[in-house]
Amino acid sequence: MTSVTAQDRTTAFDAAVAADERIEPRDWMPDAYRATLVRQIAQHAHSEIIGMQPEANWISRAPSLRRKAILIAKVQDEAGHGLYLYGAAETLGTGRDELLDKLHSGRQKYSSIFNYPTLTWADVGAIGWLVDGAAITNQVPLCRCSYGPYARAMVRICKEESFHQRQGYESLLTLSRGTPAQHEMAQDAVNRWWWPSLMMFGPPDDESAHSAQSMAWKIKRHSNDELRQRFVDICVPQAETLGLTLPDPELKWNEDRRHYDFGPIDWQEFHEVLKGNGPCNEQRITQRRRAHDEGAWVREAAAAYAAKHDTARQTAQTAQTAQTGQATQTGQGTQAEQAARAEQSRQAGQPGQAVQAGLTSRPAQTTAAGEATA
Amino acid sequence: MTGPTTDAPAVTAAALALGDDALVLSHRLGEWAGHAPVLEEEVALANIALDLLGQARILLSRVGDEDELAYLREERAFRNLQLVEQPGGDFAHTIARQLYFSTYQAFLYAELARTEGPFTALATKAVKEVDYHRDHAEQWTLRLGDGTVESHTRMQRAVDALWRYTGEMFQPIDGLTATHGTDWAALQASWDESIGETLRGATLTLPETPRSGAWTAGAGRQGLHTEPFGRMLAEMQHLHRSHPGASW
Amino acid sequence: MTESTDWPLWEVFVRSRRGLSHTHAGSLHAPDAEMALRNGRDLYTRRNEGVSLWVVPSAAITASSPDEKDSFFEPAGDKPYRHPTFYDIPEGVKHL
Repeated sequence: MTSVTAQDRTTAFDAAVAADERIEPRDWMPDAYRATLVRQIAQHAHSEIIGMQPEANWISRAPSLRRKAILIAKVQDEAGHGLYLYGAAETLGTGRDELLDKLHSGRQKYSSIFNYPTLTWADVGAIGWLVDGAAITNQVPLCRCSYGPYARAMVRICKEESFHQRQGYESLLTLSRGTPAQHEMAQDAVNRWWWPSLMMFGPPDDESAHSAQSMAWKIKRHSNDELRQRFVDICVPQAETLGLTLPDPELKWNEDRRHYDFGPIDWQEFHEVLKGNGPCNEQRITQRRRAHDEGAWVREAAAAYAAKHDTARQTAQTAQTAQTGQATQTGQGTQAEQAARAEQSRQAGQPGQAVQAGLTSRPAQTTAAGEATA
Repeated sequence: MTGPTTDAPAVTAAALALGDDALVLSHRLGEWAGHAPVLEEEVALANIALDLLGQARILLSRVGDEDELAYLREERAFRNLQLVEQPGGDFAHTIARQLYFSTYQAFLYAELARTEGPFTALATKAVKEVDYHRDHAEQWTLRLGDGTVESHTRMQRAVDALWRYTGEMFQPIDGLTATHGTDWAALQASWDESIGETLRGATLTLPETPRSGAWTAGAGRQGLHTEPFGRMLAEMQHLHRSHPGASW
Repeated sequence: MTESTDWPLWEVFVRSRRGLSHTHAGSLHAPDAEMALRNGRDLYTRRNEGVSLWVVPSAAITASSPDEKDSFFEPAGDKPYRHPTFYDIPEGVKHL
């Protein structure tokens, strides 16, 4: 009986993925699918959080108040994106504390790119243009990932990230067209960030351990090499407009392939940085751990206060509203989105179509993808 | 940004005082990026920093070029309160600094918004932001004060340590008194009452130590600052000053 | 860290503008409802996305089971007479 059920479930899961339907948290899913997602979403979330550091390094020295505001907003977004992603991982049954613990103890990784230092102000621009550009190239297809909560988090993230890349490009352009010293600063930054950015797409397809299965599950939609090529093709003309040179003498248009050819990537460096031997591996994780450890008393205090004042239990019975009075929700369970549907349908007298549009269709996806690649 | 207006000197001085408060505190809050005790608080502190930076830019642009004012003035030319330049310390110090300053700003801006004068428009917009900052600080003061033994100790220590910088807030800013008719004694009374209530609610003791002395009373407003401020400016201004005349 | 530092999970619902329902935006951690509201405001309405917010403890939500999908939802699929397009009306009849 059970084996038949398991077989049925596998068939239903495969059919849903094949039909491009989304898998939702309470659906049955293969253990390996769940594990792959947790690993990937966690790594993605960790990258957002660690990725705050190299840029935050320049907040206190931002050379104009306009740039300072932009940079604070950008680093703040990264914290927000980390939160969206930890939330998505949490729907798979793995809590944030557990994931942070794995990050802090080195059992889970973050993108190696953040193990490189930001040595000058121009690095902030180069990160925006190249690192966020590469991230967006990777992330836009994830808006159609087969796992619903991850796809929805990515839609939100891609929408918000479109400003990250543009501000970086604008900043580099200003530097490139500025004083000779500023131009040199910009070129130096591009020299240092170009190759690590290409490595962000991961190892070549024939060496990528998880790619094939992830593509079959539609967690991943394009191969590493395919995305890397797309990124190179986008960047070359953008560099020309910037008046900056990409540090690759072999970079040239190939009329037959209709793509740019580029030189060999130093995969040994990639693996060294991955292993922990990059310039900032130790520093990044130490700072993250310190922030977490030094914040423990604050988190404990808030938890103790809540327990004392018992607000948590009260609010399990009464949902708070910010502006519109109070709504009542009762019951138990974990899956919020289905409850949201129930909640929506209970609300008689609301414009039903608008409700449906908000909940079930995803016009935002195409918007996000469009904006992100604009 | 729009160019400077033709304000009377006293009004310009007032804009500088309020603008420098916002600029310096936003800088201090920006130092938390990547170091906050919990991720949700990264987002909250950055929001407050961005609100304050926005206020600073409007106020400084009223006086002159915002970047020249922020990056090319010497320490003695800054008119901010000594309170806002104090280093973040632990999270309790940051919250105590926020509590003291945002309560001051909330009462002052509410008054400026209510009265007709050169700062009515700015205050009307800013008061909504500031009310939220104050709420954030009060919520955390309650949780740290009435949380664990450790958090209570830390919060009391912070409230005590920063108390000596609070007297300066009620030294009249002439440009506001002359145009908006600001009643500084009433402002202080409101502040005292509000802070007293919050600290009591948080099981904390209202400090009884002096809150102004020969050194602190009105010192920041007159350009006399504390040691950490020079270091803060050195870091903030370094890059801008290294490239004279450059655009960013 | 000790268990006591684990803040509970909350689901956040945002009303994007007046006239629309609150829609699920995502989740967050907070020690209590007041902080959950504030964190929700900071996290999910940074770009002016909302005019009202609900936060609900995740543990307080009852959800239908995906395994009961068929018995729960399929019976509603074969009742076309609930929809206005089910009915033939002569051409020219207005306001119906």
